[in-house]
Amino acid sequence: MTYSIQGREGPWEVVVGMEVHAQVISNSKLFSGAATKFGAPPNSQVSLVDAAFPGMLPVINRECVAQAVRTGLGLAAEIHLWSRFDRKNYFYADLPAGYQISQYAHPIVGSGSLAIELPDGTTKEIGITRLHLEQDAGKSLHDQHPSKSYIDLNRAGVPLMEIVSEPDIRSPDEAGAYLRKLRTILRYLGTCDGNMEEGSLRADVNVSVRRPGEPLRTRCEVKNVNSVRFVMQAVEAEAKRQVQIWEEGGTVEQETRLFDPGRGVTRSMRSKEEAHDYRYFPDPDLVPLVLEKSWIDSLSAELPELPDAKKTRFMTEYGLALYESSLLVAESGTADYFESLAKNRRPKTVANFMLGDLSAALNRMGESFSSATLFTVAASAALLDMIEDGTINGRIAKDVIEEMERSGEGPRAVVERLGLRQVTDTGAIETAVAEVLARESSKVAEYKAGKEKLFGFFVGQVMKAMAGKGNPALVNEVLKKKLS
Amino acid sequence: MTLTDLGIAAARHGLGRREFSARELALAHIAAIEALNPRLNAFITVTAEQALAAADEADEALARGEGGPLAGIPLAIKDIFCTRGVRTTAGSRILGPFVPPYESAVTANLLRDGAIFLGKTNLDEFAMGSSTTSSAYGSTENPWKRRQNPEARLVPGGSSGGSAAAVAARLALGATGTDTGGSIRQPASFCGITGIKPTYGRCSRWGVVAFASSLDHPGPFGRGVEDCALLLRSMAGHDPRDSTSVDRPVPDYAAACRRSLKGLRIGVPREYRVPGMAAGIEEMWRAGESWLREAGAEITEVSLPHTEFGLPTYYIIAPAEASSNLARYDGVRFGLRRDGEDLIDLYERTRGEGFGAEVKRRILMGTYVLSHGYYDAYYLKAQKVRALIFQDFANAFAGVDALLAPTAPSAAFAEGEKTEDPVMMYLNDVFTVPADLAGVPAMSVPAGLDADGLPLGLQVIGPPFGEEVVFTVAAALERAAGFTSLPAIRAGSPAP
Amino acid sequence: MTLAPETVRRIARLARLRLEESEVQRLEQELGGILAWVEQLGRVDVSNVEPMTGAVAMALKMRGDIVTDGGDAETVLGNAPERIGDFYAVPKVVE
Ligand SMILES: [Mg+2]
Ligand SMILES: [Zn+2]
Repeated sequence: MTYSIQGREGPWEVVVGMEVHAQVISNSKLFSGAATKFGAPPNSQVSLVDAAFPGMLPVINRECVAQAVRTGLGLAAEIHLWSRFDRKNYFYADLPAGYQISQYAHPIVGSGSLAIELPDGTTKEIGITRLHLEQDAGKSLHDQHPSKSYIDLNRAGVPLMEIVSEPDIRSPDEAGAYLRKLRTILRYLGTCDGNMEEGSLRADVNVSVRRPGEPLRTRCEVKNVNSVRFVMQAVEAEAKRQVQIWEEGGTVEQETRLFDPGRGVTRSMRSKEEAHDYRYFPDPDLVPLVLEKSWIDSLSAELPELPDAKKTRFMTEYGLALYESSLLVAESGTADYFESLAKNRRPKTVANFMLGDLSAALNRMGESFSSATLFTVAASAALLDMIEDGTINGRIAKDVIEEMERSGEGPRAVVERLGLRQVTDTGAIETAVAEVLARESSKVAEYKAGKEKLFGFFVGQVMKAMAGKGNPALVNEVLKKKLS
Repeated sequence: MTLTDLGIAAARHGLGRREFSARELALAHIAAIEALNPRLNAFITVTAEQALAAADEADEALARGEGGPLAGIPLAIKDIFCTRGVRTTAGSRILGPFVPPYESAVTANLLRDGAIFLGKTNLDEFAMGSSTTSSAYGSTENPWKRRQNPEARLVPGGSSGGSAAAVAARLALGATGTDTGGSIRQPASFCGITGIKPTYGRCSRWGVVAFASSLDHPGPFGRGVEDCALLLRSMAGHDPRDSTSVDRPVPDYAAACRRSLKGLRIGVPREYRVPGMAAGIEEMWRAGESWLREAGAEITEVSLPHTEFGLPTYYIIAPAEASSNLARYDGVRFGLRRDGEDLIDLYERTRGEGFGAEVKRRILMGTYVLSHGYYDAYYLKAQKVRALIFQDFANAFAGVDALLAPTAPSAAFAEGEKTEDPVMMYLNDVFTVPADLAGVPAMSVPAGLDADGLPLGLQVIGPPFGEEVVFTVAAALERAAGFTSLPAIRAGSPAP
Repeated sequence: MTLAPETVRRIARLARLRLEESEVQRLEQELGGILAWVEQLGRVDVSNVEPMTGAVAMALKMRGDIVTDGGDAETVLGNAPERIGDFYAVPKVVE
């Protein structure tokens, strides 16, 4: 079951650790009062602190600290009541001060863990090494001018949490599962929106390979991978590259690489080639960050139920299977939708409906459970209740959903307008059955000769004759009687 | 008495009684600047028009019976405080074109209280120096002259030499400075005026061009102890924009100047008696002890055992912080730019041409001590010694209320005398650096003249937030010393 | 003590300072001299001493999460040696 890369001389194990940069949800920046909204006009969300003007000084945003603490708690991690900000010194066009304020020696959050689910239904703990707060850099645009790069400092100073995992990940699937799970937890906590397209969540993937049982070999860091799929592809591509180098008698150099999704390979970042010496030292503009235990406790008390706890509860409280539960808790909006709908309804039916026809419809509309505009909880409730009280049958429900998408009407309006109420009049059913049996006399003979699986065929024909509106139970009952 | 000879307290009195107007007071100083600045080069930028406009406003306010505690008082501002709309250079070529769109916290406090700014004063580039000779805008001349050799061009001390020279030569009633290793107290001593470096966190650093963040202390210069008290009261205060600013009330420092010394215990640090101290300093120090004893204080010897390590500690920590603080001068967002083949070349040319020799030396020193493999041996070690130096002061202040010491190991020296070897120049700060490392308040008061007729200062050091006791002791020294000598070059006197 | 010329060049590169060859030679001596002088700290016993990172003993004060700044690209760009539109402009950086 363990993933390995088959080399010429046997299998290679893949060892992966991840550093994820998650943008903290906050109104203003980590050390300045400028806004953090995505997509603002260039340099419109920049304070003179962000632009590192002479004499400008950082003042920390309490909410960003709270968000880091919440995230730490959500990762079952140790919260450090004493932490400190250090400067990481390097020159870059979009790093205005010539240093990034980060937490190097004393991060706010220490070790924790996160459980990922493997395809075989088992779970695996991935260790979290640390989480620290730091500033984002600005943005350079290299494609706007033939000989110039443009600098936009809107992102400069935006709060980030850098979440570092232990090298516990052993396959592309595990890497993907880790990132998905981390994103789920961050979204549950409301500490990061997890939007990878907008750069709110970026992964640096550290990959090395070794023969089973060996100590760790040199790792390479694949920087700024911006989707779960690319993370999985990058792990595989980079591991294969390293296996090939080792097997050819070469040596893997420790370096920073980039994943090229178009070609499915990683390549060296030449611009980062120069040996870095970041000269970390405590930022003298900031004194140590000292937190009250009581504050941590109050943040802990306000923490929402997290996906793993919710999943277990869904299984015990609603009697759902592990698989259904996992799918329903993947987004807190989906879980909330389920719980609203499952009130006074059969949880199993609700789960099936949500994960089946409803998910398909939302997909087609490009919506999610939390953003649903047409298939609101109320609309779904009406639909489920019509099935339950026999107004429509399950098959018709599918048609109702499609018609709702077309017309934008509510479910009851669609059923009324198209006359989709199911037929429970035994006389009408008996007429339809008689017609079908008369038409298919040869099949009736075969059935009576013992080919019993033709029963389904007769049901289908009767439902077709009744435009799908026959009450399935009654149709079965009448057919059984007439065929015996 | 001419208007340029007034102290701040006397000027407030005269302005309040309308004996003269703020405009007249400002004009007298502007005239003095026009007459003497071409020689002294105390100001990099003179803001005469703005000063007169502000003086008119002050006159209106005073006429209404309003006006803040410094209404109409003309001051000189060290060109390291960012001033809105007025070029701020920090004495560097790299900030030559820089016009801040903001006003530093300290200068904003002074403006709030009605002060009038005559201009921006010269300094060692980025405040790195003890002589005001490393400014990209030329050196400043000390208005004092040696009796024997009046031709020698003496340095005013540094880095706030322009401010000290301006106050001494009566070009301004008072001035602002910053003290990172002695840059207020040493020039005050060299120029025969008073200057105080308050406790770290007492004056906001917001809007002050940073040299070494954990050591930079804004503070005032005056021609007397009480003038400094009045200025500091305005400059000090909590600023939520500076995370190292301390939130506690600002006392009435002027009142502290009038307190008795009865019952105060004054420590004399044994380790400040260093070999090679210039003639006259030891005697003046002794005199200071007896003045304080006569005024009712009890004098005891104390020990600050790590004193000798102050300078090497300082010359690791300050350059390290500076190397990082000065990384922002890269030719992209403000200041000088020298174009290059690519961005790295642009950085290297801009910084190579924009910074002077001393600044480059310190940036390189700081980069080195923070670099991989050297951090523990230099920077971390220096931080630990700094802790011991702080502890020395804490131990001393457990037994005494304040310390008395010389401000500098010599009187003003001539330009070119100590410049070949950087370490020789650094030794100037031997008595001032420890208080910066410990963050404790310290003040220099002129106490006498050396054999050459040059002023010498005595230093009073207090415990953290002990500015009041510093003012009490400094005022007693001032009264006893009766220092009335005047520099050769000053407003209203014929140039020698 | 002098500093090796390649060390001077390496730290000058880290600090993004262009040095003339004559400056390198002078700095080998000067920096070497300063480093030799600070070596005297080796005489201080600092075992069990916590490093002092700042001159003020207090906990970091925190501000509220409200937007109080920004929204003024003109001020931010007002001192720029080179700007194009509302961007700072630098020689093209090749990634
Ligand atoms: Mg990283
Ligand atoms: Zn990071």
